[in-house]
Amino acid sequence: MSTISTTQPLSSADAADRPRSGNWDGGNEPFKASYGKLMMWFFLLSDAFTFAAFLTTYGLIRHRYPAFDAAAGKVFEFSTAYWPVPDKVFDGFPGLHGQSVPLGFVALMTMILIFSSVTMVLAVEAGHRMDKKDVQKWLLWTILFGATFLGSQAWEWSHFIHGTDEGTKMLDGTTVYGANLAVNQYGPVLFADLFFFITGFHGTHVFSGVCLLVWSFIATTNGTFEKRGHYEMVEKIGLYWHFVDLVWVFVFTFFYLV
Amino acid sequence: MAANLSTQVQGGVGVTEPGISHEEHLHHDDHHHDQHWLFKYVFSTDHKVIAKQFLITGIFWAILGGTLSSLFRLQLGWPEATMEWLTPVFGKWIEAGKLSPDFYLALVTMHGTIMVFFVLTAGLSGTFSNFLIPLQVGARDMASGFMNMLSYWFFFVSGIIMFSSMFIETGPASAGWTIYPPLSALPQAIPGSGMGMTMWLVSMALFIVSQLLGGVNYITTVINLRTRGMSMSKLPLTIWSFFLTAVLGLLSFPVLFSAALLLIFDRSFGTSFFLSDIYIAGQALNHTGGSPVLFQHLFWFLGHPEVYIVIMPAMGMVSEILATNARKPIFGYRAMIGSLLGISLLSFVVWAHHMFVTGMNPFLGSVFMFLTLIIAVPSAVKTFNWLATLWRGNIRFTTAMLFSIGFVSLFISGGLTGIILGNAALDIQMHNTYFVVAHFHLVMGSSAFFGLFAGVYHWFPKMFGRMMDEKLGYIHFWLTFIGVYLVFMPMHYVGIAGFPRRYYAWTGFDSFSQFADLNKFISIAAILAFFAQFVFIFNFFYSIFRGRRATENPWRSTTLEWTTPLHPGHGNWPGEIPAVYRWPYDYSKPGAEEDFIPQNVPFSKTQSSNLPYESEME
Repeated sequence: MSTISTTQPLSSADAADRPRSGNWDGGNEPFKASYGKLMMWFFLLSDAFTFAAFLTTYGLIRHRYPAFDAAAGKVFEFSTAYWPVPDKVFDGFPGLHGQSVPLGFVALMTMILIFSSVTMVLAVEAGHRMDKKDVQKWLLWTILFGATFLGSQAWEWSHFIHGTDEGTKMLDGTTVYGANLAVNQYGPVLFADLFFFITGFHGTHVFSGVCLLVWSFIATTNGTFEKRGHYEMVEKIGLYWHFVDLVWVFVFTFFYLV
Repeated sequence: MAANLSTQVQGGVGVTEPGISHEEHLHHDDHHHDQHWLFKYVFSTDHKVIAKQFLITGIFWAILGGTLSSLFRLQLGWPEATMEWLTPVFGKWIEAGKLSPDFYLALVTMHGTIMVFFVLTAGLSGTFSNFLIPLQVGARDMASGFMNMLSYWFFFVSGIIMFSSMFIETGPASAGWTIYPPLSALPQAIPGSGMGMTMWLVSMALFIVSQLLGGVNYITTVINLRTRGMSMSKLPLTIWSFFLTAVLGLLSFPVLFSAALLLIFDRSFGTSFFLSDIYIAGQALNHTGGSPVLFQHLFWFLGHPEVYIVIMPAMGMVSEILATNARKPIFGYRAMIGSLLGISLLSFVVWAHHMFVTGMNPFLGSVFMFLTLIIAVPSAVKTFNWLATLWRGNIRFTTAMLFSIGFVSLFISGGLTGIILGNAALDIQMHNTYFVVAHFHLVMGSSAFFGLFAGVYHWFPKMFGRMMDEKLGYIHFWLTFIGVYLVFMPMHYVGIAGFPRRYYAWTGFDSFSQFADLNKFISIAAILAFFAQFVFIFNFFYSIFRGRRATENPWRSTTLEWTTPLHPGHGNWPGEIPAVYRWPYDYSKPGAEEDFIPQNVPFSKTQSSNLPYESEME
């Protein structure tokens, strides 16, 4: 009984009765990807639409405000009348108080996050080789870079919230230092609203990613994946991690470059 | 050879010899027998159980949604009548013998929300995508049974929150199911914009998670878990429609999620994404710079695909049922797939036709009008294909068939007014009137309900192993079919006369008094049609326990779900999964022994009916 092959049903021993077996003819994985990996891809596609909606919101609101007109010969100062110039808002750097380092810190943060993608690739690659030690090593680096990025974002937020030493004098005569969801010394309130909301939503994704990485590091250490015979889970988390990096590139472009 | 074929037809799993030691067989069947009932019926990962959970939860919500509509139809039909008798149930919502106006707004909002999301999205896709995808593509279960279970429980919790919001002091959300800000964004605006609105948003966020978990499962299962031989061009149209519905949900619901999250921030954390320059009760609010029209763009980017999420599963099931009961191949199988693809694609580029009069650039309006009217093309392709399938068919009027024909009728009647409303210029006159209400209730509300009923009547034997009563089914069909037309046909006239939606009463306008009788008529028809649904509910629950026992393939259908045993266990097929050799519409094939050939019968077994090229096929 057990000698009967599982791929050929008994009644179709006749070769002519075998169903078609092309790539899309069923009975296999047409994208050469397991269901778990496909699900991750589709989730990311869906998540991309969430971020796209936020960035569309950013674009639409951004264009309800005029840009600062440098050609008119005026010196830039913070004002609710126009959208702020990112170079002027994000020019702090830890340990360099009072000096202007336009976009220096965020450039560093971005580099760190991109490096974490490289180490993630190396972890996935080590997983393909079933090299537990290397997987652990590269996962740990990725966790470290991810956590550093989150810490840097916390600094960036705190710097943004506390504001400049001088503050900005508002139309009603009060002086405002820094920004929150209701007031903003750097420009229109919505600039701060969008900054907190979108970088916060992205940061939540990074945080979830770090949690997943920590979990997969523990599972690797315990030999869970080794017993399973593959490190596909690391690969799936890797897909998520690269996606979060990619989204940051867009967020970075929108908030800091244009 | 003929004998062999008929064993396959009746025995279902003719390609398998019982007792074959098979890896999947062992894996899926042997350890499910002694499960605790809690994991068998409640926290089940079996797609068939989850489908029934969705169906029964959907029925609960449908009764609630229908009750709410009867209440506001009472108000609209008899604005002067006393509602004192409702006080024991609704307490302070009845003020001085009248429905309170706030309560009226809450009723229409919850009716819309419940029907669109909880019944026709979760109740329809949740039931039939879950039930039919693994059975019809030939899979043991969904790709991830666990995520599938989570999908139901997220839906359940979301429902609990929505349901509880109806019992809080300030009442549930009342800004309409489209929850446009600023009304929905300012808790001080109306009672329903308070706690009820917050709960609405939280509930919908969980609902979207449920949709996402379900959606990735449906898509992945269709791509990866088709049985041997089941190519995409051999999939039943049901599966194509569920597949594309899931894709629409996957891409559009996240945008509603974004909008809901931004709205939560506007409401609770003082941001101004959707708010600008508002005076309320003489007070200027300090929100500036936001845009309420932005919310509408985000909302309708979901909202429009959503109407196709509601209607496409119905289209798929109707195609299947019409072909089965006309004993004819579906007319234009590939055109049916093509038109589903066309509708899916177009559904993402027409959303602003809901916004012609919001102050959006009129030029943009004409672009959206153009794209909207193009949807008439794939819709007409489908309609003509259904009619051509019926033409000269050997029609069996089962209840499911009646509802499918009813679906086509309603889809045509409602679709025609869509051409009127899709015109930016005509919409200036028609927008926000009962003409719109009549249009979408026919084309997506009632049609999708008819698709749902057709599906339940047709697949009931596979779900419960018993048949629903046909006589009660006929009564249900005719009362509902006539009822729906009696409600929504006059509503078009009321709309053309200019009656606006969401108004509590029109007694203040003399010009509307001549339509009071018509409104009464609509209300009577609506309430009767609602009560007719209890015939179905009785039939449904009675038949689960007492219905006539079904045979394995009662409709003599070709698709794989009918090759499973009468009560399929977890894993669906006791032996090996059957392989597929042919498309799902080999009905009345000339030369065949029977008037149908199941998909799992190889061409070598049907020499007498093979077309020349088929004899050479593998």
